[in-house]
Amino acid sequence: MDGDANPPLVQVTDLSVKFVSREATVHAVNQVSFTARRGEVLCILGESGSGKSVTLRTLIRLLPRQAQVEGDVRVNGQDVLAMPARELRALRGGLVSMIFQEPMTALDPVYSVGQQIGEMVRRHTGCDRKAARARALELLDLVGIPSAERRLDAYPHELSGGLRQRAMIAIALSCNPQLLLADEPTTALDATVQVQVLILLRRLQRELGMGMIFVTHDLGVAAEIADTIAVMYAGRIVEVGPVAQVLSDPLHPYTAGLLASTVHGQRKDRDIDAIPGSPPDMRRLPPGCSFAPRCARRSAACRTTVPAPQFIAPERMAACLNLAAPATLTVATE
Amino acid sequence: MTHAAELDPRAPDPRDRGGPAQPLLIATDLRKHFPVKGARGKSVQAVDGVSFTVRKGETLGIVGESGCGKSTLARLLLHLVVPDTGELVFDGDAVGAADGIAINALRRQVQMVFQDSYSSLNPRMPVRDSVAFGPFIQGRKKAQARDIARAILGKVGLDADVFGPRYPHELSGGQKQRVNIARALATEPRMVILDEPVSALDKSVEAQVLNLLRALKRQLDLTYVFISHDLNVVRYISDRVLVMYLGRVVELGPVEAIFERPLHPYTKALLASRPSMDPAHRIEEPPISGDPPNPIDPPSGCRFRTRCPFAEAVCETTTPALSDWGVIAESHIAACHMHDPNSGHSHSGHTDSGQA
Repeated sequence: MDGDANPPLVQVTDLSVKFVSREATVHAVNQVSFTARRGEVLCILGESGSGKSVTLRTLIRLLPRQAQVEGDVRVNGQDVLAMPARELRALRGGLVSMIFQEPMTALDPVYSVGQQIGEMVRRHTGCDRKAARARALELLDLVGIPSAERRLDAYPHELSGGLRQRAMIAIALSCNPQLLLADEPTTALDATVQVQVLILLRRLQRELGMGMIFVTHDLGVAAEIADTIAVMYAGRIVEVGPVAQVLSDPLHPYTAGLLASTVHGQRKDRDIDAIPGSPPDMRRLPPGCSFAPRCARRSAACRTTVPAPQFIAPERMAACLNLAAPATLTVATE
Repeated sequence: MTHAAELDPRAPDPRDRGGPAQPLLIATDLRKHFPVKGARGKSVQAVDGVSFTVRKGETLGIVGESGCGKSTLARLLLHLVVPDTGELVFDGDAVGAADGIAINALRRQVQMVFQDSYSSLNPRMPVRDSVAFGPFIQGRKKAQARDIARAILGKVGLDADVFGPRYPHELSGGQKQRVNIARALATEPRMVILDEPVSALDKSVEAQVLNLLRALKRQLDLTYVFISHDLNVVRYISDRVLVMYLGRVVELGPVEAIFERPLHPYTKALLASRPSMDPAHRIEEPPISGDPPNPIDPPSGCRFRTRCPFAEAVCETTTPALSDWGVIAESHIAACHMHDPNSGHSHSGHTDSGQA
């Protein structure tokens, strides 16, 4: 839209989201900046309450009214936060679409799957019912729903969890989005179905050349799908990097702690190296680094200074004051 | 007599009737079908002929996908859901029989921790009262029950003075689950059934609770039945593992045997579906396709046959028995025709694993 010839697909700068109510102000997202490129999968990894879903929803302004948003969000160069409602409607489902965790609640129970896909197609392209139905059939085939012709007239409750999630992906893809937002789309699925949906999403993302931002709490899922990982903690991005580097060589003590506390391949005769304590109350964030109270590497300055992002390579960021200090040399004082 | 002294594991437990060789719990042919409203004669076959034993002092892990009946099974063990048929024997005493152990007496010795740590606590009760409620209802004096609650809250890592007076909504998820564990332990059970106790917790808190559960088991000489869909967690915490599919046991064996030498194609698929944690070796092909079928109308014969790459005619006509087939060591059993030398399945007798 503006002067930049080839803007990044997503450019978020200093994004903060607060939820203000009479009782308290929840600081859900604090000064978050990141970029997502075309044809790449960015995984936002974080625990519940880390602000990962709010960050994702802000990209299409899918937030409740009491949300106060500051900062700059650009998708394909367009300023999403300043966008009038009409343009926003065209953006949602057109350039950007989204899939959710719980397909049963995200789909409308009183319309068939074919009708729901068709509605989306007609809304955005203005084609007739027949063409929309043909497109719906094509999409069900694309997402690997067997006997698609019959499933077109099925209602959500008639489908299994895996098929429902595939139907939702079909709706999201119906208008050839350039960016797919995925909010824990495999969390509610069984293990054998989860891996099928992950493989499907990876294939579709590659074949259609979409950018994808995938929110998850599961390191294993991130390892299966991400090109780049951004780790969030207490509303801030604490580490960014290529997936292999983040998993094998984490910079931030929170990422390192998360990897150490994962039960994967844990020796049975030893306790797991758990991160002590629990995540902070987002209504009363501590000054300084939010992870400091649980951190083995903390120093006095961590309690007072919010660590600024440090880039040790162009693609590799961590926000920690004690990056250089090896974890083994600094002993936490209780 | 203080609570701590009662819980001293070194003293022989006066409640131990059968001795160490007697399994703590024997379940035989448990069955529970839930009728479906509006569809006469149809029922959800949640648990369909499940038999197993729980040995004293072990952790038995139960894994399976949603709808496989693992949570119903947990409730059957406590008669929270009354089984249609089947028999439970607790430490040698038949449960509910005239000469056996009454349901109430069973529940004194077997307690349960549920997945949802918030909805399983009374929101109008300070958590110390929730913990004290069990001992009180079982006949302790109020003051005594309160002392027990204090001691047990300390044991699960919560300062009773700080957290005891709080209400559930004032605690984090991990703290609430600690309270639930404390409440289960307050009646000094010998066995605890843990139904997805860490599934709702964040990963960093999950590790803390798993460590706590292991420490408590050692200190209090407990026996666990640990239900989870997370195979990594089950591998870490269990001694033996039971794999369920659509209401039936498909495989049961020592934890390392199940994970290193799985016999049943379903167990193999389940293990292969775990994320690799290594971006350089991602899963390229789904180990099996489709979803688990509807338990209202399960497939005939072997219930896994509709998704099994090795399914043959015999799998449709005959239900495979759960057996070690004489070749598999350490009471590792599986229900698959491929391991039955006489089943007529073309793979029978020369499978790629489990040959002793």
